[in-house]
Amino acid sequence: MAKRAAQFPDPAEWDALRALAASIRARTLSKLPALLEALEARCSANGIRVHWAETVDDANQIVLGILRAHGATRLVKGKSMVSEEMHLNDFLEENGVESLESDLGEYIIQLDGETPSHIIMPAIHKSRQQIARLFGEKIRGAEYTEDVDALTATARRVLRRKFFEAEAGISGVNIAVAETGTLLLVENEGNGRMSTHVPPVHIALMGIEKVVEKLEDVAPILTVLTRSATGQPVSTYLNLIGGPRGPGEKDGPAEVHLVILDNGRSRIFADEEVAATLRCIRCGACMNHCPVYTRVGGHAYEAVYPGPIGSILTPQTEGLAGRHDLPHASSLCHACVEVCPVKIPITQILVTLRKESARAAPEFKVKGAGGGRDRLEDLAWAGWRMAHVSPLLYKAMGLSLRVLGPFLKGGAGPLRAWTQARTMPRRAPRTLHDFAREKGLPDA
Amino acid sequence: MPDARERILGRLRAVKPSAAPASDFSVVEAKTWSPAARLERLRAAMVAVRTEFLDATAESWPETVRAFLVTQGARRVAYGPGTAAGRLLAAACARAGAPALVPYDRPVEALKTTLFDDVDAGFTTVRSAIADTGTLVLWPSPEEPRLLSLVPPLHVALLSAATIRDTLLSVLRDEGWARGLPPNVVLVSGPSKTADIEQTLAYGVHGPKRLVVVLV
Repeated sequence: MAKRAAQFPDPAEWDALRALAASIRARTLSKLPALLEALEARCSANGIRVHWAETVDDANQIVLGILRAHGATRLVKGKSMVSEEMHLNDFLEENGVESLESDLGEYIIQLDGETPSHIIMPAIHKSRQQIARLFGEKIRGAEYTEDVDALTATARRVLRRKFFEAEAGISGVNIAVAETGTLLLVENEGNGRMSTHVPPVHIALMGIEKVVEKLEDVAPILTVLTRSATGQPVSTYLNLIGGPRGPGEKDGPAEVHLVILDNGRSRIFADEEVAATLRCIRCGACMNHCPVYTRVGGHAYEAVYPGPIGSILTPQTEGLAGRHDLPHASSLCHACVEVCPVKIPITQILVTLRKESARAAPEFKVKGAGGGRDRLEDLAWAGWRMAHVSPLLYKAMGLSLRVLGPFLKGGAGPLRAWTQARTMPRRAPRTLHDFAREKGLPDA
Repeated sequence: MPDARERILGRLRAVKPSAAPASDFSVVEAKTWSPAARLERLRAAMVAVRTEFLDATAESWPETVRAFLVTQGARRVAYGPGTAAGRLLAAACARAGAPALVPYDRPVEALKTTLFDDVDAGFTTVRSAIADTGTLVLWPSPEEPRLLSLVPPLHVALLSAATIRDTLLSVLRDEGWARGLPPNVVLVSGPSKTADIEQTLAYGVHGPKRLVVVLV
C-alpha cells in the first residue's frame, strides 16, 4: 500500500490519470462488439489465429485441440487468470498434457497443489520456510535453504530446462489492441517472454473485455496498472506480440493462437447496473486495500478472483445461487473504490448484487437472481416490519421478549448460525420506555 | 446454428451502446524533459532496478564492450552479425584476448542448445528509450532475433542517448507505431526480477540476471 501511494505523490496527477484510464476502459465497453471484430481482423491479418469460446469448457477444448494437432504434451505457462478461471491445468493433466506454471509464484503453488491467493502475488500466503521445505521435498537436487536468491536460482535452473523442452506455451493477455492486432503482456520475470517466444506454438487466452481501441490507449492503462499493482513505475518487460515468426526471423513461434473467452461476461455487459465490472484491468489494488481481504486472505473466498473485484465478478459469472455470500464479504468501507484506477463503483455493484440475491424480480438480470433468498429471514423481516407499524404489536413484541428472553438460548434453533461466532447479547432488564416514563416524559 | 463467435457478438450487439467518454491525454502529454534531463532520468530509473551503465562514444564503444566482456569472464557472446553495430563489435573482437562471438544467423532450432547452455552474454542494439520510466525499446528483427535479449544471463544493450524520448506515449506517437509493428516489440526496464517469495526482491529469475547499457 505504501509502495503504491509513493507512486502517486501528486493527487491532481492521480485524479487526471484515473479519469483518463477510466475513460479509456469506458470507451472500450461503449464499442465492445466493433472492437472485438476489429481485433479479430487485425490479428488475422498479422497471422494470429483467433478462436471464440462461450464457456470455459469450450475454451479448454480449443486449447486441447491445438495441442493435439501438434502432438504437444509438454506445456509451459505464463501467468494467466483466465486459465485459472478455466481450471486449465487440471483439464490438461487429465488429458495427458503436462502444464507447468512458470511464474515463480504460480510455480510454487502448483508444486504444492494449491491455487493463487492473490491475482498479482499468487504465493503471498506462503513463508520462505514453507517454500524452502517445498523445494527441498519436490525438486531433485535442491537443498533446504531459506535464502530467497538461492530459492529463485533453483526455480531458474528447473524452469530453464522446461522452457527449452516445451512444445507449446500459454499466456494470458493484459491488453489487446484492436487498432494494430497486438497482444500486450506485462511481467517482471521473463517467463512470459520465454513462454511466448521459445516454444513453437503460442496460445494466448483473454476475456472479451481485455481489448482497447487504439495503441496509444495502452500508455495510460499501463502506467496505472503497474503502479497500482506492485508500486512500480513500470514492469521489467512489456512484450508486444504482433504475430508468429515473420519472414526471415530466426526465432519466435511458428503459430500464435488467440482464444477469446466470454464465460458470462456478455451477460454482465448487458446489465448496465453492473457492466462497469468489465472495466477491470486486474491490478489487484482493491485486494491490497480491502480490510476483509487483508485479514481473511485470498483462499477464504473459495473463488478464482478473490477480494472486492472477485466479490462482484464471481457471483455474476457463476451465478448468485451458489455465490450469494460473496457480495456480503465486505464492510462497504469504500477503500476499493478509492484506489480503483479505472473507477469501478465496486460498493455500488456489491449492493446491487445483495439486492438481487435476496429476491428475483423481472428487472433483475444477474445470473441466479434470488438465489440467496432465505424464507426464514424473509419471515423474520416481515414480522419486524409489521411490529414496527403497529403500536399494539410493537408493545406485544417488547413484552414477549422481556418475558421469554431469558429462556432464549444461543447455539440452538434459528439463533445458532448467528451465535456460532458471536456472543449472545444480554438483554437489559428495563426498557428505554420504562426509563422515559420514570423521568416523567409523556408517552406520545 | 450460429457459431460461438456469432452468438457472443450477437449478445454484445443486442445491448444499447453506452456513451463513449472523451479521453484527455494531457496529463501524460505534459511529461516532457530537456535532453539532458531525459538522460539523467532514464539513468536514475534504470540504476534503481540494478541496471549497469558503460559510458562510451560512437567510436570507442566496440572496444569498451570488448574490454568489459573480458573483465566479466564472458567466453562466448551471441550477437546479430547483420547489423552495423554487430559488424563493429565483430571487428573489435577479432583480435586475441577477446570473447568468441556466436553469430545468431540461423533459425533457433539449429542454435537452441548453444544459446541456452553455452553462451555467457547477448549483445543487441536499442531502437529508442523512454526517460519517464527508464525503459529500452527493442525491435527484434531477422538481424537481431528475439532471444538475444532474453536467454543469455547477461544482456549488453547499445543505446544512443539521442534516441531517448519522454514517455511511452511520445515514443509510439512520434515513431508512428500504430501504422505498423514488427511481430515482436519488447520494452525492457532492467534485469529480470521477482518478488514472489515473501515480497523480497530477487534478480535474475528467468530472463537475464544482468542488464548492461552501453551509452553513446
